Amino acid sequence: MTCDEARILLHALLDNELDAGHAREVEAHIASCSDCTAEFAAQREMQRVLADTNLRYTAPASLRARIETSLPQAQHQQPTRRSVLRGFAMGSAVSALAASGVVAVVLRQDDQQRILSEVVSAHLRSLQAGHLTDVVSTDQHTVKPWFNGKLDVAPPVIDLTAQGFTLVGGRLDYIDARAIGAVVYKRRQHVINLFVSQTSSTEHRPPKTQTMQGFNCRRWGDRGLNFWAVSDIGADELAEFVDKLEAAMKANVEG
Amino acid sequence: MPATDDVQKAQRFREAALPYLDDVYTLARYLLRDASDAEDAVQECYLRALKHFDSYRGPAMKPWLFAILRNVCNAEYARRAHRPSAIEDTPGAAEQTPLWQESEVSPETEVLRSRDAGAIRKLIDALAEPFKETFVLREINNLSYREIAEAVGVPVGTVMSRLARARAMLRAAWTAEEEQAK
Repeated sequence: MTCDEARILLHALLDNELDAGHAREVEAHIASCSDCTAEFAAQREMQRVLADTNLRYTAPASLRARIETSLPQAQHQQPTRRSVLRGFAMGSAVSALAASGVVAVVLRQDDQQRILSEVVSAHLRSLQAGHLTDVVSTDQHTVKPWFNGKLDVAPPVIDLTAQGFTLVGGRLDYIDARAIGAVVYKRRQHVINLFVSQTSSTEHRPPKTQTMQGFNCRRWGDRGLNFWAVSDIGADELAEFVDKLEAAMKANVEG
Repeated sequence: MPATDDVQKAQRFREAALPYLDDVYTLARYLLRDASDAEDAVQECYLRALKHFDSYRGPAMKPWLFAILRNVCNAEYARRAHRPSAIEDTPGAAEQTPLWQESEVSPETEVLRSRDAGAIRKLIDALAEPFKETFVLREINNLSYREIAEAVGVPVGTVMSRLARARAMLRAAWTAEEEQAK
């Protein structure tokens, strides 16, 4: 390998884009050439500094609103004469609105109940022999890149071994007719599946625990992602898991 | 009133595409270097994306949105007639210069000092195209080489060499500034 080639390929090495064979070749060249060693070290250093700096921009809320309003919306039903009359019959137009609000809330919960049951089914499936993980690793730097390219959004993969929850791997699963990522942890001999899917809502939704078929499921939303942690460990231990995970994610973001 | 189909499509589109708004806006800011131009470009990008959403077959949403955004930005550059087209897919002279000459500052003695994000953004802004967009797609938008190749419409090998050039140029500019600061 010439230095010219190595000067290009060392970037692919830095970015984890080389297969094992090429990676070894580039590493061998770097090891044998002091100029390339220095260049590699310098580029790695720059990449580290860049990674530590927030270089992203956040879209202004006004832009989000502009785009939202430009999308076809489900329009509010024009009140017909009859529905207005019915509104009055119920006491006032306000109570009619309140009633329709109740319907919306009921429907949404139904939807969530269905997704919860899918999440629990996926958890059960994962417990059958050979279904737990597609990628087996206790190293978050192995699990995280594995998801890249397989999903629109790679789930955050955080090692919580020090906090008593061992990362064992990751898996693709299927919830609500969409492929989503599942990060698998173990607490003693108990499996915790963390399902992560993207959502259009970026608001923070605080964690809530529900129980279904004897499994605890703690669900929350943050930064455009929906999370479900499912396990047969106790509700308090599951809450502890979610707290530690959230704290670690926050630390990563603010890093 | 829009047909129910349109509303459903818009809802699917919203769920698939809106989570990437910050990514798309970030790329637009770097490509256009102007906040309000970037906003217009991003809005146009989402409108076009919705229009073509029926023909979207994946694989990944992010590179697809970026490809549309590039087209919008190219049109914006054509409109700004007094400026040269920023995104040029034919390899320019700069691309053919050997990499060697970029890192003249002896690297072993150089440790880049951390700088504030604003200063680094300026250095990135100053990179020439098409190196800047390749760099931003990789380092800031976290695309894989293959995804960049897809969004930009060039072979993976070209992505690799542009990225090497971009990083070499960035480091040269960075260290040159630090030299001056001394």
